[in-house]
Amino acid sequence: MSHWPLLSLVTFVPLIGAAAILLARGDERIVATNARYIALWTSLFDFALSLLLWFYFDPDTADFQFVERADWVTLGGFQFTYHMGIDGISLFFVLLSTLLTLLSIVSAWEAIQFRVKEFMIAFLVLETLMVGIFCALDFVLFYMFFEGVLVPMFLIIGVWGGSNRIYSAFKFFLYTLLGSVLMLLAVIAVYFETGTTDIEVALTHVFPAGLQKWLWLAFFASFAVKVPMWPVHTWLPDAHVEAPTAGSVILAGILLKLGGYGIIRFSLPMFPIASSFFTPLIFTLSAIAVIYTSLVALAQIDMKKLIAYSSVAHMGFVTMGTFAVTSEAVQGAMIQMLSHGLVSGALFLCVGVLYDRLHTHEIMRFGGLIERMPAYAFVFMVFSLAAVGLPGTSGFVGEFLILLGTFKVSTIECTLAATALFLGPAYMLYLYRRVIFGTITRADLRGILDLSPREKMVFAPLLVLVLWMGLYPSSFLRPIQVSVDHLVRQVTAATDAAGLRRASLP
Amino acid sequence: MVLSAAAMALLILGVWRGEGSARLVSWLAIGVLILVFAIAELGGGDRRVGFYGMFVNDAFALFTKALVLIGSAVTILMGIRYNEDHGIARFEFPVLVLLATTGMMVMISANDLITLYVGLELQNLALYVVASFNRDSVRSSEAGLKYFVLGALSSGMLLYGASLIYGFAGTTAFDDLTRLLTGGAPVDTGILIGLVFVIVGLAFKVSAVPFHMWTPDVYEGAPTPVSAFFAVAPKLAALALFIRFMIAPFGPLIGEWRQVIIFLSIASMVLGAVAAIAQQNIKRLMAYSSIGHVGYALIGLAAGTADGVRGVLVYLAIYLFMTVGSWAVILCMRRRGRMLEGISDLAGLSQSQPGLALALAIFMFALSGVPPTAGFFAKFYVFFAAINAQLAGLAVIGVVTSVVSAFYYLRVVKVMYFDEPVGAFDRPITTELKGVVFVTAVITLFFFLFPGPIVAGAEAAASALFVR
Repeated sequence: MSHWPLLSLVTFVPLIGAAAILLARGDERIVATNARYIALWTSLFDFALSLLLWFYFDPDTADFQFVERADWVTLGGFQFTYHMGIDGISLFFVLLSTLLTLLSIVSAWEAIQFRVKEFMIAFLVLETLMVGIFCALDFVLFYMFFEGVLVPMFLIIGVWGGSNRIYSAFKFFLYTLLGSVLMLLAVIAVYFETGTTDIEVALTHVFPAGLQKWLWLAFFASFAVKVPMWPVHTWLPDAHVEAPTAGSVILAGILLKLGGYGIIRFSLPMFPIASSFFTPLIFTLSAIAVIYTSLVALAQIDMKKLIAYSSVAHMGFVTMGTFAVTSEAVQGAMIQMLSHGLVSGALFLCVGVLYDRLHTHEIMRFGGLIERMPAYAFVFMVFSLAAVGLPGTSGFVGEFLILLGTFKVSTIECTLAATALFLGPAYMLYLYRRVIFGTITRADLRGILDLSPREKMVFAPLLVLVLWMGLYPSSFLRPIQVSVDHLVRQVTAATDAAGLRRASLP
Repeated sequence: MVLSAAAMALLILGVWRGEGSARLVSWLAIGVLILVFAIAELGGGDRRVGFYGMFVNDAFALFTKALVLIGSAVTILMGIRYNEDHGIARFEFPVLVLLATTGMMVMISANDLITLYVGLELQNLALYVVASFNRDSVRSSEAGLKYFVLGALSSGMLLYGASLIYGFAGTTAFDDLTRLLTGGAPVDTGILIGLVFVIVGLAFKVSAVPFHMWTPDVYEGAPTPVSAFFAVAPKLAALALFIRFMIAPFGPLIGEWRQVIIFLSIASMVLGAVAAIAQQNIKRLMAYSSIGHVGYALIGLAAGTADGVRGVLVYLAIYLFMTVGSWAVILCMRRRGRMLEGISDLAGLSQSQPGLALALAIFMFALSGVPPTAGFFAKFYVFFAAINAQLAGLAVIGVVTSVVSAFYYLRVVKVMYFDEPVGAFDRPITTELKGVVFVTAVITLFFFLFPGPIVAGAEAAASALFVR
């Protein structure tokens, strides 16, 4: 298998599909149907390819695997390479990207009725860029994918979004662009420090402590916006509310993970001393994010906004666990991100189901759905419970590991974050009660239809994965573990060498 | 030299053939530009000095000349149809462009203050006329007049500065100046004052803030192909001259002039980004955008290193393609035979003319520097140089203003993609314009696959300036 450029295939197959759709000509209705099918088969094929990655992945090494390397630009000591590879940290993100793209395309089958061709192209291009981000091992390549994502997402929100879509699209684009460009400068500074843009080299390079803090801040500016951390999270609720369902799924499922992935991939191993220095800051911001956004979520009247705020709270857990830098906490952060990718994606799909029928996501418009939509009520329940971390679902594993790992480092932080364990159920169950239970009072709800077979097909894999991850997390933890352990050892060694004691935090 | 001779020949031909010869002369002019391009490129990039040391040809000149020639040729190409439609298809247009281009060649190769001035004036005189080429239009005449008055003022400043330098240094030759200044002896204040005056004059030509006032008015008033020409060729030539002048004779004084350039750069970037936000007219928008882009290019000059110059040159090359492409799209904006200039006229273009909209979207994303378009690499190289030269603060301002400017570029995309269509533009678009749009869009989008030739050329050009 090793002589096949599998990663490049996974990354660029969607582009081929997009090109095929671009060439489709003829009657608008036929083109739309063709575009849907091409997109479906492309993303299905791509998902199958990415499953091969998991199959052939060697979970016993922390090295990068499936590595591909080719010269790209070499000029006067200035070199970019086309360098791809994955390790335990990136493997599941690639899978998550291909899976969620596939499901989004299926979910948008009927929801998107105008400019279908362009929509499918945007999605396939987005898939290429997302997979590329997780596979890139060269900073310039990484940055190109990382910022390139903004373009299709901007168009998806702006063209197919809700009534206030233009404001949201701009806010999303400019917010994240501002973060990214600062990272670009840091990337250039890293080049001058290490003499290469190769990520593998940079990861093992020891940066001087003073420089670390500046670079850390520049990278953090980018990742904090993506995560998003309080107080730079305000673009997220807007973007989510206005984006079409499929766009929200990708936004919550993948784009939010870029921040967490970036922190685990770059900030920790490259700038361990700065990370340790800024840990109190992160802990404070994370605690605020968890508590504040949970409370804000309680007060929402729009379902999508509520889930968006809950995402911020969940990602607060991720940043906290990441910077606790214990093996459990970082693994927990990884699982939490994967779980959140599945669960929040599924919840947005749930909202999308209602939106397709009534064209609103206002909570007050619903109620008593259980009478008409039992299957939907069941699906919604499972994902709500997974979102609040009920044992047996994926959410529990992540939150538990994070709290466990953080407790070792800081008791206070752990206690503060644990408040989310009752705030989370409060807003999720409150939402669930208002939407599903009660009696049907509105006339238009009496005729509402339960899940169609197509929708069931979308939810089934997510349901299976959420329970699988909750009941038998080892299949996911095993490939992650070696890489994370390696990372944690590296960071601890660096901070120990600098004479910093991590346990000194309250 | 060939160029000026050819311009004369075409002028005579035009007079001889009379009014109907515009198209023929245009194509011949393009042919001449291609011929000159070939001669220049075949000549190779070894450093050669002619006319008693007043004229120099090296890899730097080669690279920038190539850009200028491409810019001029494309302008003539784009202008043919426009001029015919507006009843101003006179053979003088290509001839004037050729003369201006001759001036630019001289500027680029100037190795003496005298040649510098002569080249600049040759270019300017032709440009004054071209700006008011649509002589029956008040706006066009106003643009020409405005450009002339302010241009003359700046030329005066430049000349004054040059004479100060001559007065205190006793020479006008760049080589002698270099020798004089490398000595390490304290530099006469008179030379510094002269230098500042010359910088002011040049800053006017490249339209750097605060000497930019003419740009939006002239771009708006002049016929669109002329604005496109202004946005590209003279700007490239003036920047090339700027670089050569600062690096070659005054390189040793970098400590003195760097702060001036940094100021110009920051002011241009900020004003270019902020002032463009409120624009409704796409030609004015492009004017402010070009001001901003000059600011970015000056970052590389402020770095004052071979890296920096390479950054500027890559920037200019990419800027050439992005800008020419954008202007070509603007030239396509016509409805029922009338040219349109409002940004709102682009509404819904993505549905009425998806190809054109896609191209303009590519240019807009490129101008705002979003990867993987070429515009990203342009910015990457100058920021790279800036950080290498310990100018991180400048680079941070640069990226922040690039985010601000992303707003108005995005607004164009928004109007095209998110708004409801207001009606299609006239079809068919002429083959020449279609070709220009297509080629520039492809180059802009796929630059990342083959950055080699441009970057390598810029590299060679930059190192040529630093070899002594």
